[in-house]
Amino acid sequence: MKEVVIISGKGGTGKTSLSASFSYLEGSNAIVCDCDVDAANMHLLLDANFANRRDFYSGELAVIDPSKCTNCGHCFDVCRFDAISEGEDSHIVDQISCEGCHYCSRICPVEAISMQTQKVGDIYTSDIKNASKMVHAKLGFAAENSGKLVAKVKSEAAKLAVEEDRGFIITDGSPGVGCPVISSLSGADLVVLVTEATVSGLHDLKRVYELTESFNLKCVCVINKYDLNDAVTRDIEDFLIDKKVKLVAKIPYDENFTKAMAVAQSIVEFDKECELSQIILQAWNKIKNKTKEEDR
Amino acid sequence: MKITIASGKGGTGKTTISTNLVSYMASLGKKVVLADLDVEEPNSALFLNAKIFNKQDSNKLVPSWNSADCTLCGECEANCAFNAILHLPDEIRVFDKLCHSCYACSELCPTNSLPMMPVKIGQITHFNCNEFDLIEGRLDLGQEMAVPLIAQTMEYVDKNYLEHIKLLDAPPGTSCPVIEASRFSDFVILVTESTPFGLNDLKLAVETMKVLKQNYGVIINRFGIGNDGVEKYCKNENIPIITKVKNDKNVALLYSNGKLIYNEIEHFKNSLDEIVSFIEDLK
Repeated sequence: MKEVVIISGKGGTGKTSLSASFSYLEGSNAIVCDCDVDAANMHLLLDANFANRRDFYSGELAVIDPSKCTNCGHCFDVCRFDAISEGEDSHIVDQISCEGCHYCSRICPVEAISMQTQKVGDIYTSDIKNASKMVHAKLGFAAENSGKLVAKVKSEAAKLAVEEDRGFIITDGSPGVGCPVISSLSGADLVVLVTEATVSGLHDLKRVYELTESFNLKCVCVINKYDLNDAVTRDIEDFLIDKKVKLVAKIPYDENFTKAMAVAQSIVEFDKECELSQIILQAWNKIKNKTKEEDR
Repeated sequence: MKITIASGKGGTGKTTISTNLVSYMASLGKKVVLADLDVEEPNSALFLNAKIFNKQDSNKLVPSWNSADCTLCGECEANCAFNAILHLPDEIRVFDKLCHSCYACSELCPTNSLPMMPVKIGQITHFNCNEFDLIEGRLDLGQEMAVPLIAQTMEYVDKNYLEHIKLLDAPPGTSCPVIEASRFSDFVILVTESTPFGLNDLKLAVETMKVLKQNYGVIINRFGIGNDGVEKYCKNENIPIITKVKNDKNVALLYSNGKLIYNEIEHFKNSLDEIVSFIEDLK
């Protein structure tokens, strides 16, 4: 079983549209995994049925019992997150600022502060198009710990892939280079870097590549909207040659991606025969071959 | 006044709106400053004729083990809620990246063996553009926590720009980094696009703003592509639509080259006028 993780650094480069296309093409031989937990979208293209839902608990919040609190202010003094303020009868915790560090609860002289475990999101296993299954999640509004939720989604997808003897896990990552992205990269057999022919696409590609390099991960690249700017595309290609990263597809600027999305389909389902779908099919075959190579 | 420009979905045009808006407002003679708080992938400087004025490291404070007086009692490990401290038979090991800088281990250590010391997590760069400034936060690669750097970048802006309209370019998503970039603002502009992904993520962003009790409005970018779901949703929810920016490949072309749009494309400038007058009305 091989895990392919699709990330982009920059948002809106077509990462999810591509991930959904690969998932549709691989069908029942893959488990799909959406790690963009704070703005999950892939379920929209794959007709996920949210069949099985579980709560996800992570992190804690301080809660002050007003009947015990003597308003001494010791908690306020030690909190580094400006999460505690003085109320009329007792001190009050601001739930958004509290990091759950326990410091206040440890030092409260009258033991008025307890820590409560927080539900930060839901995890789902869904049946999706083409006899496949998907593990995905929804982070609670204004919740924290997206990195831990990503780790949980990934471990559940891995378990399911083993149980059902699937050949691939196809993982859609989140934008950026921070904690949810680092979490989604763990254990990847191959990383697909999706960029676009814009100056910001190139800038973000360089950063996200460096991140994968620091984890010693094998990468390939897809350039989306390559015909938008030939000069930037050449710069991207030069960068890839320099870093010995294989370019698996150059996809033209095409509003059919959006037309497919508007009817809740990936492009390979929307119009199997079109040029875009052919390019994506070839890219997926190259990616699969690359996962079979042993060298890093 | 402080205005955050955010979006649930990435790539909807936050940075395009932010960079063009700051430049256009400055050209109208307004005192304005832009903060790039998308510290994981900061892009604003690519679009502005930005010259570096000042650069400083951004640090967070983490405990640093001082073995001299340590009795290896293990209190520090027990006091850490983030598994950032490991009590080994002959050593205390600190994992900087997991540390939230709460000071509990340090201040509760009976022998003061864990003083808090700075470690670099990124950089804050102050750029001069012709008529305004850009303050950029940039996270070092491999660092996981964006929030402390976002907070420090905002602090820099608050300290140095008292009278200005402050525009904050937020990271995408709806989790901690976006919350940090939005919670102290007077208003949040949510940039979305008229596609199913845009609508799905707009709804998530709106729910997040409700939890934060923030005031917000929507800019529909690439208007005309996709469908009318976003417009209908905003009308049903009584969310103000500040402007609709027409879908136009020429905007994408200029953007791809790192160019500002409003001097070249009239309808884009008209949209900026609508945003500017909306901001004026907020005052």
